Amino acid sequence: MTIKIKSLTKRYKEHVAVNQLTLDIQQGEIFALLGQNAAGKTTTIKMLCGLLKPSEGDAIFDSGTIVQNQKAVKQIINISPQETAVAPNLTVHENLLFIGQIYGYTKDHARHHAQEQMELFGLSSRQHNKAKTLSGGYQRRLSVAMAMMTNPKVLFLDEPTLGMDVRSRNDLWNILMQLKGKVTIIVTSHYLQEIEVLADRVGIMHRGQLCALGTIQKLMMETGKKSLEDAFLVMTEEELL
Amino acid sequence: MRATVFATRNHKEIVRDPITLLIGMGLPILLLGLFSVMQKNMPFALYEINNLTPGVIVFGFSFLTLFSGMLLGKDKSSSFLMRIFASPMSATDYILGYMLPFIPIAFLQISLCMLTAFFLGLSFNKSLLLMILVLLVISSLYIGIGVLLGTLFTDKQVGGIFAIFVNITTWLSGTWFTLDMIGGTFQSIAQLLPFVHAVNAARDIMDGAYVDMLRSLAVVIGYTVLIMLTAISTFKRKMQG
Repeated sequence: MTIKIKSLTKRYKEHVAVNQLTLDIQQGEIFALLGQNAAGKTTTIKMLCGLLKPSEGDAIFDSGTIVQNQKAVKQIINISPQETAVAPNLTVHENLLFIGQIYGYTKDHARHHAQEQMELFGLSSRQHNKAKTLSGGYQRRLSVAMAMMTNPKVLFLDEPTLGMDVRSRNDLWNILMQLKGKVTIIVTSHYLQEIEVLADRVGIMHRGQLCALGTIQKLMMETGKKSLEDAFLVMTEEELL
Repeated sequence: MRATVFATRNHKEIVRDPITLLIGMGLPILLLGLFSVMQKNMPFALYEINNLTPGVIVFGFSFLTLFSGMLLGKDKSSSFLMRIFASPMSATDYILGYMLPFIPIAFLQISLCMLTAFFLGLSFNKSLLLMILVLLVISSLYIGIGVLLGTLFTDKQVGGIFAIFVNITTWLSGTWFTLDMIGGTFQSIAQLLPFVHAVNAARDIMDGAYVDMLRSLAVVIGYTVLIMLTAISTFKRKMQG
């Protein structure tokens, strides 16, 4: 699933949160959207998911565009938001079934698929536990498993490892690496080490604009730095008053 | 189908948090008992069981406003709503999904209050069966207000607003005293709002005044439709950020 983003813009009166964002995200790649706080990353993801109406521009998916065929686009994407966003009084299994069924799965199909997700994300032993009783790390796993429940062609992960311990984070990285090539993944994160491990390409946003785009090696070469973190700091450096 | 799946999830969320539910069920029963005892010691007929029962049941519905508002508000605060906004569900699916699970809870409230009222001296007649139906219609007004509040505010704000709301419904519904005891602007304002009409509709059935009941119920239904349409359109706007 290739995504063609064309002049995507979001304005709030005078403030431009995302300004003329244009880029292509390739089928099966893990694309990292980086930026400081309020750079426009989450606004971009919200527009791509149909949660925010763009002021200008569009994004074209295989099934349609976010402006003209939002319902068709929603059917093939899924999201794991920044907060865990699980139903607290539902069990792990029920959370997964619920997501499957609101995307139109039959109960049997949803059950079968939930079983697969619980095995993939190491949640089988907790399947009868209510989501609110899980640790932060397990809730995060469940959140990503819920997003994967519908076999999305495009998966949006907003800070997927926030609050996870080292092992849980590593486990999730391994799962995401298995998805590489099969699912187009757009991820935002403040952990640049994570991005170095996972991402095929990186887009850096600053003040609503895309200020750098390419592989990690390319960005490091352009800035003459030896790590993504240093390259990121150079590209998002504010002018000193 | 999607609305049903969502309603099932919401039903589980409510019934698995039984403490608030018990308060919502228990308080009207307690009030019925207390005011019946007061009536026995009063020299005039203000809280006769025939008059008191419909008013207390309608007062109990204000807890449905709290529950529905809090549920939606919590979903918003936890980003759960963001996850399902990204799904192919429509605004109508959401509103129905939030409203439907409260109908059986309203039925339970009505049944428990009526059983208590029988114990306190209410005599059975066929009109009571019709009153159950009318009360279920009235409950949708209170559920709708909760859904609208939850759409507009966070769960914490809904908690605060409920304190004001429950006072408004108490003072302006004529449950505890007849409005003409105060009269003037107070009575005129109360007549403009649906709460007194809700109580009157239920009381009119007990008195066999079906034409008056229909007149009062028409006001309640009008408000319910208006509130639901407002909730749906607000929801649609929220879905677009």
